[in-house]
Amino acid sequence: MPRGATVWSGPPLRLRGLKPAARRLEIHVARELVTGNNAAGYTLALAGEANRKARGAICGAYPITPQTEIVEFLRDFKFTKGRVVAVESEHSAMGVCIGGALAGARSFTASSSNGLAYMTENVFAAGYYRLPIVMIGVNRTLGPPWNIWTDQGDTLALRDAAWLQFYTESHQDLVDTILLAFRVSEDPRVLLPSLVAEDGFVVSHTQTVVDLPEQEQVDRYLPPLDLPHRLRGKGVTVGGMIVPHDTERHRMEIQAAMDRVPQVLAEAIDEFERVFGRRPHGTLSAEHTEDAETVLIACNTMVRTLRTVVKRRRERGQKIGLIKAKLFRPFPRQDYVRAIGSAKRVGVLDRNHSPGSGGIFWTEIATSLREKPGLLLQDYLVGLGGGDVTPAILDEILDDLNARTVASEPVWKEVLS
Amino acid sequence: MTTAPVTPHEARCDGILRPGNTNCAGCGMSIGLQWLEQALEGERPTLCIPACCGIVTAGTFPTSAYGVPTVACTFASAASVATGVSSVYAMNGEDELTVCWTGDGGTYDIGVATWSAAAERNEDLLYICYDNEIYGNTGGQRSSATPQGVKTSTTSEGKLEPKKDIMALVAAHRVPYAATLSVAHRDDFMRKVKTARQMKGFRFLLMLSPCPTGWKSEPGDSVDLIDTAVRCGLFPLYEVYGGRRYRINARPDGTPLEDYIKRQRRYRSATLDLDALQAQIRENWAHLETMARAFPAPEL
Repeated sequence: MPRGATVWSGPPLRLRGLKPAARRLEIHVARELVTGNNAAGYTLALAGEANRKARGAICGAYPITPQTEIVEFLRDFKFTKGRVVAVESEHSAMGVCIGGALAGARSFTASSSNGLAYMTENVFAAGYYRLPIVMIGVNRTLGPPWNIWTDQGDTLALRDAAWLQFYTESHQDLVDTILLAFRVSEDPRVLLPSLVAEDGFVVSHTQTVVDLPEQEQVDRYLPPLDLPHRLRGKGVTVGGMIVPHDTERHRMEIQAAMDRVPQVLAEAIDEFERVFGRRPHGTLSAEHTEDAETVLIACNTMVRTLRTVVKRRRERGQKIGLIKAKLFRPFPRQDYVRAIGSAKRVGVLDRNHSPGSGGIFWTEIATSLREKPGLLLQDYLVGLGGGDVTPAILDEILDDLNARTVASEPVWKEVLS
Repeated sequence: MTTAPVTPHEARCDGILRPGNTNCAGCGMSIGLQWLEQALEGERPTLCIPACCGIVTAGTFPTSAYGVPTVACTFASAASVATGVSSVYAMNGEDELTVCWTGDGGTYDIGVATWSAAAERNEDLLYICYDNEIYGNTGGQRSSATPQGVKTSTTSEGKLEPKKDIMALVAAHRVPYAATLSVAHRDDFMRKVKTARQMKGFRFLLMLSPCPTGWKSEPGDSVDLIDTAVRCGLFPLYEVYGGRRYRINARPDGTPLEDYIKRQRRYRSATLDLDALQAQIRENWAHLETMARAFPAPEL
């Protein structure tokens, strides 16, 4: 038996990285102190294990900071029917997931930064093959020069790869969204892979108390995977050559599947609440936006800092709201139009940079709001390369935004302040 | 006057290679795939084929010239995708054969890290490289499988470097089985495929695959060219068990190297040095004979 494959022996589950006194986790005790990576690894493992009565689970695993603990956790998990293959590159990690998914297994992996960049060719392939693979993208700055801290540029670079993209703000959001992602990706109306992003270190390596799912709950929530186009012994060539008009049809089908995601996601959230008793955010979360004159939009852990700042300003009577950007692909344009409502000023916090353009969320939101005349939309590049985005910085941004009469090119917050 | 529709025989529709494929006349793959099918005696493998002529063979969607489940993989991914496929077959108790069918570009060049890792993990795969010593479907560029002195569209004066010894590289992984295949030696070909099929783990077969388009040779000469390559010693037929134990299947019979070279216009280059090539062949054989004497595989 391969090394490292026999650690799991049913409850209690040993989580790495915990202090000895807290190392033993009883599965039925749902709330536990865990790191983001261990919570993600644990959730992926339970999702894979939930497919044991169907065609099992497969994972191609390769280390990269700050993602490594996820694949370490998966290698230590003893699947009833599953295999975690420790491969030689991210490119092959996704290759293993593709082959395993085509043979009918529930497939998942995790990566970060340059690992995602190296994997990219097969990331596109997984989308174009219509395989419901789930990948955790632990956000880390792309290099060189080398920087291991969080920045959403690595996962956003994969935005055109026919994958759903979710951005999560916390450990709990991460766990819940992984389960939503499997449910939505595997839905016959969708059949596209999902990337679930978490902030490197801020989430991946910090501990907090999380409601972890139980296997029995995950078994109920994720039905056995039955991929309609899996290899079934027939003389069918998957992914062979295709002429232009069939390529157009293929892309249109992917777009149609993307268009069905909001509805499928809404249903997945309803079912999630029935099984787990919680209601995770869907495409986005609009908070205090009903009467807001100024709205800030952010993703990942920046949302939590922003929430504090908005609450404080609300207490002082300022009409300020926030939107947590969660689903990036498909981009829920109409949800933004509705959420922004009659606000006069909108600021976008982009912890990413598309050279020659600006923040990537900003351009997407600008496209969404093109029918709103008179709206002031300003982009702020903030926290690039993992710089701290403190309440003080957000206050400065809000002051700048409120004082504006016209928008400018994206503002480089750290450099200018 | 009407023409009756052509209906291929049912049995051919379920084989590995269906009639009506797009292979060039004289392509080694056409023989190799049919002999593979015959050696597997009706078993229907899953093929993982990266970017190469072998995936052009299939033709365009929704038709396919492959009668068995086939995955068109990205260029470097045959062995990783096949790892996923074979792992899931195995965990579901299915004794299905997974075959990587790859060209020399995908094996000698871009896919080395992938198959090397699969070999090191001893994945249960039959990896077959049909080696036409060129990037064929891109119009004939050098690969590290291209022999010294051969003209390609990226070595217009002839290639300076000798061909990579991929068998030595594979053997260094100590995989259960590695062997060379000739499309001119049917019994030997059949036995080797059957031997590989009976084994578990990573098995590697290297087939020298004539390519009239790239080799600038006559399609009707293809089989005879490979026969000549074996007879003159350029392409030794041998097996390596466990990466250590050697068995030689055919020895040079004195056929001159020129008989192989002169029928391929790709060798008409300024850098072709027949004496040097002959010396390399002698050295290769000295090494092979030494290994087969010192570390012999059990007699057949």
